[in-house]
Amino acid sequence: MRITCPYCNTRDLREFTYLGAASLLQRPDDPAAMQDYIYSRENPAGENAELWQHTTGCRAWLHVVRNTATHEILSVRPAREVVEDTP
Amino acid sequence: MRYSALQILKNGLTGNRDWKPVWRDPAPREAYDVVIIGGGGHGLATAYYLAKTYGVQNIAVLEKGYLGGGNVGRNTTVVRANYLLDGNLEFYSQSLKMWAGLSQELNYNVMFSPRGCLLLAHDDGQFDALARRGNANLATGDDAVLMGPEEVRAFTPYLDFDNARFPIRGGLLQRTAGTARHDGVAWGYARGADLHGVDLVQNCEVTGFKIENGALTGVETTRGFIKTAKAGMAVAGRTSQLAAMAGMTLPIESHVLQAFVTEAVKPVIDTVISFGMGHFYISQSDKGGLVYGGDIDGYNSYAQRGNLPMVEHVAEAGMALMPMLGRARQLRSWGGIMDMSMDGAPIIDRTPVEGLFLNGGWCYGGFKATPASGAAFAHLLATGEPAGYAAKFRLDRFATGALLDDEGTGARPNRH
Repeated sequence: MRITCPYCNTRDLREFTYLGAASLLQRPDDPAAMQDYIYSRENPAGENAELWQHTTGCRAWLHVVRNTATHEILSVRPAREVVEDTP
Repeated sequence: MRYSALQILKNGLTGNRDWKPVWRDPAPREAYDVVIIGGGGHGLATAYYLAKTYGVQNIAVLEKGYLGGGNVGRNTTVVRANYLLDGNLEFYSQSLKMWAGLSQELNYNVMFSPRGCLLLAHDDGQFDALARRGNANLATGDDAVLMGPEEVRAFTPYLDFDNARFPIRGGLLQRTAGTARHDGVAWGYARGADLHGVDLVQNCEVTGFKIENGALTGVETTRGFIKTAKAGMAVAGRTSQLAAMAGMTLPIESHVLQAFVTEAVKPVIDTVISFGMGHFYISQSDKGGLVYGGDIDGYNSYAQRGNLPMVEHVAEAGMALMPMLGRARQLRSWGGIMDMSMDGAPIIDRTPVEGLFLNGGWCYGGFKATPASGAAFAHLLATGEPAGYAAKFRLDRFATGALLDDEGTGARPNRH
């Protein structure tokens, strides 16, 4: 598996660290919603929006859409951009 | 047919013509009292104990492929009870006790071999942590022997004791732990369940649940609708998908774990060894292959195959621990889908849907749990109450905070 970092181009999986589902970008204000935010996961067999960090490269956090059934990478964007685009 | 030495003799003398298929291959009936979804180790064990211990009749196990074709057929066969936290301690203790008598219980040789399991420590902090873990095991009534470096050297002389980076500081040995023949466990439970009248329905995938007024009334399958008011899910890596059909989102991520085996070599490793620095563990199968594995790859996956960085990492860890491994040729590697729960411990509980029960979140520890998991899930399905030794595997612990984070790594499945 290789990920195309928007800053560093296509790099080996070894350079990246996985955090988890991209839903972690939407931290709720409501304390009652925190349990789902921390623990519940859609865990799809197919397209999954995820957060990866280019740890041994530019260290940017990336929003990666990946197919969990095939490991195909469908899109990579800087996580910051995704947050800014979210209303 | 009950297996015995006499049967082998009799059938041997008559040309082995009278052996019967070990289980029937029935078509699903219209309705069952209890439906178990998943014909792996846990599902088959659940059906076996439901029928045998609780006398439930009219049970079906629905398997989308063939029996034992999932994780029970692709694990590294280690059985141990050296956990740390209350909840895990009593559960795995119960499971290990059941392993000891399992071949007799099932009248089927599961080849359980209590050859010991050695956890290694490579610095003082790790050694102290092992001492604490060993005390927790002793207090639970399980075996634990804390060993200094010289004792470890006498036990497993072929390790790299003076490795510059990871010298061996000591170890914790559980002599009652060991390995078992993984397929044999599935086959033994399948045969036992079938003998007690359970229908083992293969090539039958569940595609939906019928739920009326919050209560289960049946399951939709690829072989038609099956009416039932009670169903248990035991589908390991596919737990999230199945639960989603009932409208649930679970605290589970599915990850890939790879395992490896070398060509067969003469007997060299007579125990199970776990490297304390690379999450590398190794044992030798009865065929002679060295069987080993390491960490999960670390990202969500349903592919049943991993990537090369983890292959390299596992090989490096193996070489750091046991340089003689470098002379062996690795034959195969494969991957399984682990239902990694958010705290690293399993769930055996009711669900918000009346009549629908959950057994999942086994992370990469499901094989050793098979007997107790089946017995506990059968207890829950039959009585509606959790078994005492599995009472802490609740689904609501993620809300109450009563987590069972044995590794102490937080809500990060890829760190467990």
